[in-house]
Amino acid sequence: MRFLPCGAAAVLVEVESLAEVVDLHAALRAQPPAGVIDLVPAARTLLLTYDVRRTSYPRVVDDVKGRDVGTAAAERGELVEIPVVYDGEDLPEVARHSGLDEREVVSRHQRPEYVVAFCGFSPGFAYIAGGDPALRVPRRASPRTRVPAGSVALADEFSGVYPRAAPGGWQLIGRTEAVLWDLDRDPPALLPPGTRVRFVERSG
Amino acid sequence: MIEVVAAGPLTTVQDLGRPGLAHLGVGTSGAADQDSLRLANRLVGNPQGAACLEMTFGGFRARFSAAATIALTGAPCPLRLAGVAVDMTAPVPVGAGEELVIGTPTGGLRTYLAVRGGLAVPPVLGSRSTDVLAGLGPPIVTAGTRLPVGVPPRRLPPGVSVAPVPGLAAEPVLTVTLGPRTDWFRADAPAALCSAPYEVSPESTRVGIRLTGPLLERAIDAELPSEGMVTGALQVPPNGQPVLFLADHPVTGGYPVIGVVADADVALAAQARPGQRVRFRLAS
Repeated sequence: MRFLPCGAAAVLVEVESLAEVVDLHAALRAQPPAGVIDLVPAARTLLLTYDVRRTSYPRVVDDVKGRDVGTAAAERGELVEIPVVYDGEDLPEVARHSGLDEREVVSRHQRPEYVVAFCGFSPGFAYIAGGDPALRVPRRASPRTRVPAGSVALADEFSGVYPRAAPGGWQLIGRTEAVLWDLDRDPPALLPPGTRVRFVERSG
Repeated sequence: MIEVVAAGPLTTVQDLGRPGLAHLGVGTSGAADQDSLRLANRLVGNPQGAACLEMTFGGFRARFSAAATIALTGAPCPLRLAGVAVDMTAPVPVGAGEELVIGTPTGGLRTYLAVRGGLAVPPVLGSRSTDVLAGLGPPIVTAGTRLPVGVPPRRLPPGVSVAPVPGLAAEPVLTVTLGPRTDWFRADAPAALCSAPYEVSPESTRVGIRLTGPLLERAIDAELPSEGMVTGALQVPPNGQPVLFLADHPVTGGYPVIGVVADADVALAAQARPGQRVRFRLAS
């Protein structure tokens, strides 16, 4: 675990694996260190921002170092099913890259129970981990200027669903009617970190 | 009620933002120059985080349907109320039906208007700030927008006629703490950052200030996995020209951050207009 100061009011914690990020985030969310404002987990890091009137860099670092992470079982999040019509524009490319036919890609995408590792990029956008390693694909060489809302997509080790139309470089494999972000719902995010996810095929 | 007649180039409702929601992909947002927002609120006796208007390049006109107390801070603009010139950085009584006309700032970029009682638009996720990147919060203010004013607080406004504020520097100096990804850059990059001024480009927004100046060259060519970002961060895309993140910056980013501008200096940066130059110095 590495600790990197990020300005005067934040510390970036760098770890070796996504699993470590998920465990650390769960531990810190369950018992936030005094004075911490935001926890921002990502693929290999977790950023903590804090109120300099209430705590300090050394205190935050000591708190994180002293955490017993991973031994405590993370509370299992809610299970959410995402219905998907698998007709994404990049499905042929994903099939080609993985050496599988499209039906096999679709079948393998639905097989695991996934977990939301973290959110970022835009409100309600979840980085969903736990997919079949055979389906790992790079981002597109040139991103699209507009990915439609509800697009189900892959990049690196993650599946993602675009809450609203946005520019994006992920590989589109399908679309869903599930509403990822709704301000009239509490909480507004359908897939906060820790949520378990299953993708289920629907006909178009 | 404040009835907007003209909104200028960009006017939004802002307060101190919505911290604590980054794990859902929601950034803090809030006033780009928080010092000026707080001062405006204090001058009218509001809690420091009451919702105000943030006006970029002035140009704002509005009619007050009821009597009110207002204060304007930040980039100094010519101000006329019912045809009479009034002062910046001072509590100003407004009569029912009077019209406020705000001109173009003579220096600086963002002007803040506080009204005693605050702007009572509906909050979104606990804040009345408009996040232009995420599309959260009240809609951008336009001609015809009607802004309700909240109940005035019980405490009286301070007995201050005008608050002294330092003038805006022509070439502000911004203090930078290096990190977290300084090692992604060549060893001479920090010196390059401080070697000459950077110019604020016109493509600068509440998300961030694009700067043109000394190139900051990379030592590591690989892609950085996206990681959490902070306001004040100097993020450097492959073209070597830093972007200084302001209030509506994205929660995570995939380009390395060479350093972070001190909190106190972010407010100065938020007042830098396109074409103006800024300098960086390293925190000791």
